[in-house]
Amino acid sequence: MDKRFIYADNAATTRVSNEVLNAMYPYFVTEYGNASSIYALGRNAKKAIELSREKVAKAIGAEPSEIYFTSCGSESDNWAIRGTCERLASKGKKHIVTSVFEHHAILHTCQAMEKLGYEVTYVPIDKNGFVSAEDVKNAIRDDTAIVSIMYANNEIGTIQPIEEIGKICREKGVVFHTDAVQAVGNVEIDVKAQNIDILSLSGHKIHAQKGIGAIYVKKGISLPNLIFGGAQERNKRPGTENVPAIVGLGTAIEIATSNISEKRDRVTVLRNRLIDGILQLPKTRLNGDRDKRLPGNCNISIEGVEGESLLLMLDINGICASSGSACTSGSLDPSHVLLALGLKHEVAHGSLRLSISDDTTSEDVDYILEVVPKVVKRLRDMSPLWERILKGESID
Amino acid sequence: MLYSEKVLDHFSNPRNVGEIENADGIGEVGNAKCGDIMKMYIKVDNGIISDVKFKTFGCGAAVATSSMATELIKGKSIDDALKLTNKAVVEALDGLPAVKLHCSVLAEQAIKAALSDYYTKQGIDPLPIIGEIGECEHCH
Repeated sequence: MDKRFIYADNAATTRVSNEVLNAMYPYFVTEYGNASSIYALGRNAKKAIELSREKVAKAIGAEPSEIYFTSCGSESDNWAIRGTCERLASKGKKHIVTSVFEHHAILHTCQAMEKLGYEVTYVPIDKNGFVSAEDVKNAIRDDTAIVSIMYANNEIGTIQPIEEIGKICREKGVVFHTDAVQAVGNVEIDVKAQNIDILSLSGHKIHAQKGIGAIYVKKGISLPNLIFGGAQERNKRPGTENVPAIVGLGTAIEIATSNISEKRDRVTVLRNRLIDGILQLPKTRLNGDRDKRLPGNCNISIEGVEGESLLLMLDINGICASSGSACTSGSLDPSHVLLALGLKHEVAHGSLRLSISDDTTSEDVDYILEVVPKVVKRLRDMSPLWERILKGESID
Repeated sequence: MLYSEKVLDHFSNPRNVGEIENADGIGEVGNAKCGDIMKMYIKVDNGIISDVKFKTFGCGAAVATSSMATELIKGKSIDDALKLTNKAVVEALDGLPAVKLHCSVLAEQAIKAALSDYYTKQGIDPLPIIGEIGECEHCH
């Protein structure tokens, strides 16, 4: 078997597609004007930004005037939480509802708000990786400023009952934000039908470049600025616009949302082969519900091996993947998402996330399924923990 | 996270992996919860560590430090092996990322644990010779 190179970490970031790169190119070298300038070169840049805004709006069922470009998904998340809290502070709203398995852009922002005197309710997830809309409903109080529940989880790919939660928030009159960074291009999003008030998205997960994101803010909600400066983005998000990146995001989101169901069907077939193939190994488990998950997400715990070793071995074999192991995060604890699912530390340490995309081929999956068992066997053969697991000994 | 070439070499081609049947000393340190377990087997002939093998569950640095530690003590006297510090293991690997230094501590402790077991099997109290092995700061 010849060594191949396979990128199976698309939930981390994606390759910039040729269409996106080609669309961006003129805005580096010929249409490089500052969009605030009065002359044609500047006006062309401005037009390109507005065209991208229309594309982003269309992709999620919003109005162009409801879209602001940001530097990344994290900025959008920060702005949604901090902005909403600031906006509603004078009304005495000092409570936030979110979930235990949000991205750190949400969790750490919420922790920062706790230091400012806010109370945060972190609703749990069930063993399949879902937030319950009922739990969200019960968590909402009279002083709740915002509910923030991610659309789809970045590690285990589970898709949350967003429409249901949106309905509850609308009935209760609470602002509903969703971090849809992983969901855009994978599921059909309609912010109006789903009662979403604020939504975060990012370019680099959908084949645009890193460093560009957007936020949808429903008409009627005026989010106080996160940063101050010039008049860009209707005074709401100052800083000279990153025109090529904005053009790239517009192009990428248009492509990503133009054929969702066809792409989803194709990627899901490959993803299911990956899941079934790896689950043939003994002492493995799929993390997160099998069906209501992002089409490209495969997250499996492999007992007796440690995640970082697994990733290094896969890398030696040309496969790029990710893990919830503590060793890959630089912290002492394994992934908060896997722990929230109820996994023991030692099982969470041995998790493998493969996230494929529409670029992935059937041959790529064949290759991954050849390599993973070999690598797992090699690591298990040298693992004293695996020895104990085989003997049925307690590993605590 | 950047590993040196030596770390990657010892990770991808670890030396002395395995077990020793009827080992003269076996030491195990670390725990599954924190993600690292090192188990070291030694064979001792006339005060010389004539063979050493290891099994490790852990990250790339854990495997590489185990491998390097076995290389550094194989063929050496027990006295020399007891003098091996985690710092020496790190230096021999051309350094480790700061967050991985605890793995080298585990390697040093695994050797001491194996030697401690060796002395115990010889009917000799290991404590005055080896001292307290201690717990990994990372885990506790």
